[in-house]
Amino acid sequence: MAYFRVEKLVKKFGGLTAVNDVTFNVEKGEIFGLIGPNGSGKTTTFNMISGVYPPTSGKVVYRDREIQGMKSHRICHLGVGRTFQVVKPLGRMTVLDNVIAASFSRVNSMREARCAALRTVEFCGLTPVQEVLAKSLPIAGRKRLEIARAMATRPELLLLDETAAGLNPTELVEAIELIRKIRESGTTVIIIEHIMHVIMTISDRIHAINFGQTIAEGTPKEVAANQAVIEAYLGTDYA
Amino acid sequence: MDVFLQTLVAGILKGGLYALIGIGMTLIMGVMGIINLAHGQLMMLAMYVTFVLNTMGVDPYVSLFVAMPLLFLLGIVIQKFLLNPLIKVETILPENQVLMTVGIGMVLTEIARFAFSSDYKYITTGYANQTFYLGNISFSMALTIAFGVALTFTAAMFWFLLKTDLGRSIRATAQDKDAATLMGVNTGRITVVTFGLGSALVAAAGCLLAPVYYIFPDLGGPFTAKAFIITILGGLGSTVGAIFGGVTLGLAESMGATYFGMEYEDIVGLTIFILVLLFLPGGFKRLTKV
Amino acid sequence: MKKNLYPLVLLGVLALLPLAVKSNYFLHLMILFLLWVVIGSSWNIMAGYTGQVSFGHAAFFGVGAYTAGLLFQHLQVSPWWGMALGGIVAMLIGLPFGAICFPLRGAYFALASLALGEGIRHVATIAENFTGGMMGIMIMPTFISKVPYYYIALGLAILSVLSIQLIIRSKPGYYFVSIREDQDAAASLGINTTLYKNLSLSISAFWTGMAGALYMNYMGFIDPNVVFSLHDYSVMAILVAIVGGVGTIYGPTVGAFIMVAFQEFFRTGFFGLFDYLGEATGSSTITTLSDAVHQAHVLGFGILVIVVILYLPNGVVGDWEKIKRNVFRINPSR
Repeated sequence: MAYFRVEKLVKKFGGLTAVNDVTFNVEKGEIFGLIGPNGSGKTTTFNMISGVYPPTSGKVVYRDREIQGMKSHRICHLGVGRTFQVVKPLGRMTVLDNVIAASFSRVNSMREARCAALRTVEFCGLTPVQEVLAKSLPIAGRKRLEIARAMATRPELLLLDETAAGLNPTELVEAIELIRKIRESGTTVIIIEHIMHVIMTISDRIHAINFGQTIAEGTPKEVAANQAVIEAYLGTDYA
Repeated sequence: MDVFLQTLVAGILKGGLYALIGIGMTLIMGVMGIINLAHGQLMMLAMYVTFVLNTMGVDPYVSLFVAMPLLFLLGIVIQKFLLNPLIKVETILPENQVLMTVGIGMVLTEIARFAFSSDYKYITTGYANQTFYLGNISFSMALTIAFGVALTFTAAMFWFLLKTDLGRSIRATAQDKDAATLMGVNTGRITVVTFGLGSALVAAAGCLLAPVYYIFPDLGGPFTAKAFIITILGGLGSTVGAIFGGVTLGLAESMGATYFGMEYEDIVGLTIFILVLLFLPGGFKRLTKV
Repeated sequence: MKKNLYPLVLLGVLALLPLAVKSNYFLHLMILFLLWVVIGSSWNIMAGYTGQVSFGHAAFFGVGAYTAGLLFQHLQVSPWWGMALGGIVAMLIGLPFGAICFPLRGAYFALASLALGEGIRHVATIAENFTGGMMGIMIMPTFISKVPYYYIALGLAILSVLSIQLIIRSKPGYYFVSIREDQDAAASLGINTTLYKNLSLSISAFWTGMAGALYMNYMGFIDPNVVFSLHDYSVMAILVAIVGGVGTIYGPTVGAFIMVAFQEFFRTGFFGLFDYLGEATGSSTITTLSDAVHQAHVLGFGILVIVVILYLPNGVVGDWEKIKRNVFRINPSR
């Protein structure tokens, strides 16, 4: 049985089918890429996995347990963390307080939460700005804070939604490094990314969707060479 | 049966006025995303304008043409100098604008109390107590005129929102403020105009109500409550919804008063409000999609 | 560390106050002030920290007061027992309300809370056989002196502020603020937003209910229009917190002081200054003006709200730096 499995996932918003029959397996310890053009249903898939809304049909199985339709906070406690594509910093709290709030999902005392948060902040390279209010961070810092907060909930499976978007080349290298470090720490990662360079470098396997449907799956090389993927990204004229 | 029909007619006539109150509120709520808790107080002010003009011998229906522009200006001033500056200010509570309208409502009420004392005032007109009959059902002359004028204004408002550039800009802002800004709509100006329009509409309701109601400073609060019940019933920002909401509330109130007793009139409104919040969040808009 | 001394000094002054001040009038004002500390702080934990703005705190205040009053009237239970129960009953009213209304966000929630307050007022008015309707409830006060009430109110204020401070600096506090800042993000961090919103509401309702029950004991008379008043309690609770500083521990305390002083200031015509001037000069203009000022306290409130929201949107405590800079011309950078 796969460590994490999405089975025939469907989401309809009114008349619009955002995700249509998507199935994939993720093995423990891998970095699994999810790609597709804008509006292809990637974030909707994440939202269903993390419990923002329930799927119209289909299953989400995590460690042999069906988690579809559970509330976000339950799923978080089961060990699935996520970041948001449109970052959601807790603006009027400091960076450290953001992470402390997340740490409280695993411990109850202030002292323990603070210790854990300090470690996470350091792990994510945010120590220099830990006393800064989250709303005054630049975009790279906010993306990092998203990751730090998700990591503070000690996830076994981490969903990263476009954490590299909007970063400059130096910040990109740092982001890739951080994601690798997260995997080395034993966390399985599913990542949505638009920057091909990033996703091709770090993913072990990639799953491509378009118009809510699977179009390809395989190693980065296989997917990059796939006719349907090229068509989806460049249009049929260039394929 | 006659009692029922009579209640029905009274409710619908009252509902026309309520619709007028509701449209003003729903425009403001839709465009600015805030509840205007001074809405009834604005209407109260318009009623006093009517009252003052009446003591000088002006017919209440003529005073429409004075009260509406006056309240339009007041609405513009409120939005421009008291509400819009708050958008830029960083605060903990996003409800600062709503609280501001509470303050404005208090000030308006107290100013009225200063000027006119807490006493009940009446406007006496030749037609206020006249009725005419269709079959066995009596129609209050004043309420019927009010209903007609309310219908006219509502229709005019519809035409304005659907056919004019300004109206389209208002609807665009109501649907998505950021998108409207990107499309070149000056949303700051739109909010100002909308508050003015909302105030003018509720002023019209005030003038129409003045001949059949008594006028006192504290009547603002209950009418603010009615306004938002109507808006919640109809759905935020929905003009059609506001008409449905107004008529529903008017009917429910007169049914409640006839079949349960006068003291239940307010409870009826509150009950509807809670039922809608529970079972139809989004109001009639959800059903009609308008 | 210097900053932490202020509350202690304030406490010392408040504890010794009745020894120095014998005026009943002044003690009465202080008791009102302390009651408002409790109500304002309670409103603040729910609205200021958790972001759930309530326009209906009169419901909890009134239910607390009625619990104490009705227990005495129907069962001859001492209203002091009612005080303990007042908070709990207010909490019990709050729970189903929270369960129904917390899925609503922002302004909708505020409106629902307003409906709660108004709804309960109507019920208390109509259920004459049980509540006495508009006749209200009258009980004999236990003490003739105001001093015992003062100390009970002081105790209640200290307990409520301390407990709220403790909560804010621990896990629930972090969760409350997270919910205020971004509910979706909070849920993704493992926060059961519904549970914690209800917890915040319960704490808030509990202390407000206690304050209501104390009010019953102290004033000896309540009726629906007094204790369920939208303006006198629901809106005043908001004002106390806003003027002092929403989302700060001591904001509501400062706000309570300012608001009670402000109210008295108007009600007494600038502490009798106008009356005195009127008599001294015999001028009828000043006497008229004096009457006007007596009536103007609600107008004053309204103007105060507008001015505070425009210029001190985070309250006296929240905008203290700004006040220091602009009013006292203290520039910290220099």
